[in-house]
Amino acid sequence: MTDIRSFEGPKEAGFGDFVQLLKPRVMSLVVFTAMVGLLVAPVGLHPVVGFTAILFIALGAGASGALNMWWDADIDAMMRRTKGRPVPAGMVQPGEALAIGVALSGISVVMLALATNLLAAGLLAFTIFFYAVVYSMWLKRSTPQNIVIGGAAGAFPPMIGWVAVTGSLSVEACLMFMLIFMWTPPHFWALALFMNEDYSKAGVPMLTVTHGKRVTRNHVLGYTLALIPFAIGLGFTSIGGPVYLAISVLLNAEFLRGAYKIWKRDEVIAEADKYKVEKAVFRFSLLYLFLHFGALLVEAVLHAQGLGGW
Amino acid sequence: MAFPIPEHEIHRRRFSRNLGVGLALVSFVALVFALTVVKVTQGDMGHANDAPGMLGSTVPIAPEEPAPAPASPAVQP
Repeated sequence: MTDIRSFEGPKEAGFGDFVQLLKPRVMSLVVFTAMVGLLVAPVGLHPVVGFTAILFIALGAGASGALNMWWDADIDAMMRRTKGRPVPAGMVQPGEALAIGVALSGISVVMLALATNLLAAGLLAFTIFFYAVVYSMWLKRSTPQNIVIGGAAGAFPPMIGWVAVTGSLSVEACLMFMLIFMWTPPHFWALALFMNEDYSKAGVPMLTVTHGKRVTRNHVLGYTLALIPFAIGLGFTSIGGPVYLAISVLLNAEFLRGAYKIWKRDEVIAEADKYKVEKAVFRFSLLYLFLHFGALLVEAVLHAQGLGGW
Repeated sequence: MAFPIPEHEIHRRRFSRNLGVGLALVSFVALVFALTVVKVTQGDMGHANDAPGMLGSTVPIAPEEPAPAPASPAVQP
């Protein structure tokens, strides 16, 4: 006789599962960088409008995260890092993830347009499209350069924050974009070096899988070198200043040192110490970005006091 | 009024979901209201005013002057 109590139907998702669908950790980075982009802009914005703008930029990022989880549920289920996500874990049905992603995309773009301006809303719509379609659907499974091009999606928030206030693009907004855009490859490849198994199993053509770890190590150093001019160059614009420049020089020196150490190592040494350097560089890369945008915020506060800047 | 105490894991999850969605909707309404108040008090009603037919519209609903009647073919050379 079958025990009907042992039947396992679809799991019941709690509110937290739907929050997880929006990738809250990515959203926190988006909130921070968009907020900095908004606060360092040369004109002011009413706090309610500013809050609304940041909220819907973050919600747009969350929506693209939900669309990404809907599309990538099959490979997420194969990777240790992602198999606990709500869709592969069976907490949220794929159709629900798609519906939430599409609905929140529409709401966030329309609300940003109403709160600020059409250019900011257009950039947000493009960001969602770029992450969900260009990165997730087209690039991620087809080219080892997925991280490089897909990094643009994560680089847009400070630019959108700036445009939400000023209504136009500028060299400062573009350099903030480039800072995140160029930071993404060494950040993710440092992770891929010690998470290689996951990507191989899922068949995601990460550089470590298609070209090997030696080439990846070369790329980490190359992209770190290419990142430095943008990071330091931002210090010479209207939103930079001596404080930002000093912090940026120190951070870039340390990041370059880490990238150099990664480049110098080979697999035998890395496996022997369980990728100690790669893990340290990955962790430092998070701090690197946080402190760069934090320094911009410090400069903005100093500007407001009549200090800082050039 | 007290909410009924969820008795099973499924009910707890369902309750948390309903509560979360309810709070999100209330917050959204409050936000739209606050945004409207700010936009109205700042006189920043660009979007609404740009729509034809709205009060204070910059787009005329109809031409101020009637268009001149086309010349009769008979008087043309």
